[in-house]
Amino acid sequence: MARIDLDLAHSYEAHPQQDTDYALLPLKMSFADGGAYALLGPSGCGKTTMLNIMSGLLAPLQGTVMFDGRDVTRLSPQERNIAQVFQFPVIYDTMTVADNLAFPLRNRKVPKDQIRKRVGEIAEMLELSGQLDRRAAGLAADAKQKISLGRGLVRSDVSAVLFDEPLTVIDPHLKWQLRRKLKQIHHELKLTLIYVTHDQVEALTFADEVVVMTQGRAVQVGSADALFERPQHTFVGHFIGSPGMNFLPARVAGGVFHVAGRSLALPPGRALPEGGLKLGIRPEYVALTAVDDPAALPVTVAQALDIGTHVLLTGQCGDLTIKARLSPEVAAPRRGDTVWLRVLGPHTCFYLNEELVS
Amino acid sequence: MSTTTKPVNQKAWWLVLPVVICVAFSAVLPLMTVVNYSVQDIISPERRVFVGTEWFASVMRDEDLHAALWRQLTFSLAVLAIEIPLGIMLALSMPARGWKASAVLVIVALSLLIPWNVVGTIWQIYGRADIGLLGAMLQKMGFDYSYTGNATHAWITVLTMDVWHWTPLVALLCYAGLRSIPDAYYQAARIDGASKFAVFRYIQLPKMRGVLMIAVLLRFMDSFMIYTEPFVLTGGGPGNATTFLSEYLTQKAVGQFDVGPAAAFSLIYFLIILLLCFILYNWMQRVGAQDKEAGHE
Repeated sequence: MARIDLDLAHSYEAHPQQDTDYALLPLKMSFADGGAYALLGPSGCGKTTMLNIMSGLLAPLQGTVMFDGRDVTRLSPQERNIAQVFQFPVIYDTMTVADNLAFPLRNRKVPKDQIRKRVGEIAEMLELSGQLDRRAAGLAADAKQKISLGRGLVRSDVSAVLFDEPLTVIDPHLKWQLRRKLKQIHHELKLTLIYVTHDQVEALTFADEVVVMTQGRAVQVGSADALFERPQHTFVGHFIGSPGMNFLPARVAGGVFHVAGRSLALPPGRALPEGGLKLGIRPEYVALTAVDDPAALPVTVAQALDIGTHVLLTGQCGDLTIKARLSPEVAAPRRGDTVWLRVLGPHTCFYLNEELVS
Repeated sequence: MSTTTKPVNQKAWWLVLPVVICVAFSAVLPLMTVVNYSVQDIISPERRVFVGTEWFASVMRDEDLHAALWRQLTFSLAVLAIEIPLGIMLALSMPARGWKASAVLVIVALSLLIPWNVVGTIWQIYGRADIGLLGAMLQKMGFDYSYTGNATHAWITVLTMDVWHWTPLVALLCYAGLRSIPDAYYQAARIDGASKFAVFRYIQLPKMRGVLMIAVLLRFMDSFMIYTEPFVLTGGGPGNATTFLSEYLTQKAVGQFDVGPAAAFSLIYFLIILLLCFILYNWMQRVGAQDKEAGHE
């Protein structure tokens, strides 16, 4: 187990000229020993690149990777003693399930009785005990992926276990189970786990700390709560949540806050810079309110979907679209109605150049 | 109660006729001619005697034929024993991508493009003791090499020629098999700390199994029917040292004009090949079925 510190940049080109040439822009990041982390972002944001740099499959173009203060930038995965689980199950076809699980240990010349004990434990954890003597090639995709997970977890002395979207091929209900299993394993083994995914639910339920990435940049590191309540970057607001945060272009002129051609009353104590801004508010915090509320906008209802747990309202205010999650107890407005939606409140965030202000 | 009988129309059978005619003229009729020869002693076009299974009996007792059959089997097995491992090694050492890969592929495939009799001629000249590059050099080095005079030398030369000619086929098949292995397997092996040998034994070899079966089948059948190259190189000599089955058959049928025994023998030859094909085909089917059962990713 180890603490991992990254201070690096990577490009798949030898001489990157501009920001877009970089797969990973210069970044500094630390992963604490024994923590559960998730790297979350859309495809191509650099999360797998970052994972492969940590595992040693890829050497960064610039900068260093440190394990417990030791520079391991040029060391191989074996020397770093790292485990990694890939998106698609990798199994050794000709071996049995038990041999598959034992393979990383055998390669490191671990004593036989120790191997047997450890393989037994891991198989128990992953509910593979009944299949240990079967040929691995004959199993279903989810069992194969469990074997891959098992091979990642079988070494007790690894620096960290890295997961690269390991549950992509798994059926949804098994996904849930396996994720709980991983969480449980994390508690039992106290390993450093780093989990790459593009699924926010997966990231937020698995990890203590989530790193949100986009276009080669880590835009925010934080707990699920922080990512939801105070997104540091408009991308985080947009990417986390379903639907994502509402963003409305706004402008502060002479201390007056203008949005959608109306001037609204700012909540007291919120000092904002003069000029163009973006107002961000989660659909969960947009509320129906009285006509002419100074913190609200008049909105024409374009759609009101009753999803059972809540009503999802989509409204137009001029050419702006605002989404709101309303409690099902209130009578849902009908299409074409005009309602007043409160957009300013304690949960409202303001962004200047896509970054959070105040 | 009403029964409706469908109108019966058998006219569609006419559509099968072209195939029947083609197969009849290309396979069935020639085969029947051979069967016809194998049961008669044709003394002249006017005089023919029905001899029953006499030719078959005499061919089965023919010592020369037994010798040729064993020679043939030994040769085919030697070809497999050398070409398969060599082809795998070649494929493993070929570059995976870039212009080097293309260049190497072309160079490796070159020998496959040369016609059989030209291959024989190349090696015949190459091995000549007076002017051949190989033969003359071996002579200069004090090694009395002669593929026309020494049975062992002739054997080794024919075998080397086949290895030179056909190992690239095995290599190309294996290369295709290797390229189809996803990178994730190699990455996982690196993470698991697998040695180079373990990667070969547990990833590359299992993933190449399909193409290797094809390679074994092709090389076995081809070498079992080898004719042109040794015919041009050694003419089956010295003595009978490199007289393989088809060579022997040709000597009988065309050389000595013993049409009856030759026909009987070619039927036996045909049955041997049919049997081997049957065994190999079933084996491949069974392995394939196991794979299906095992489920693909």
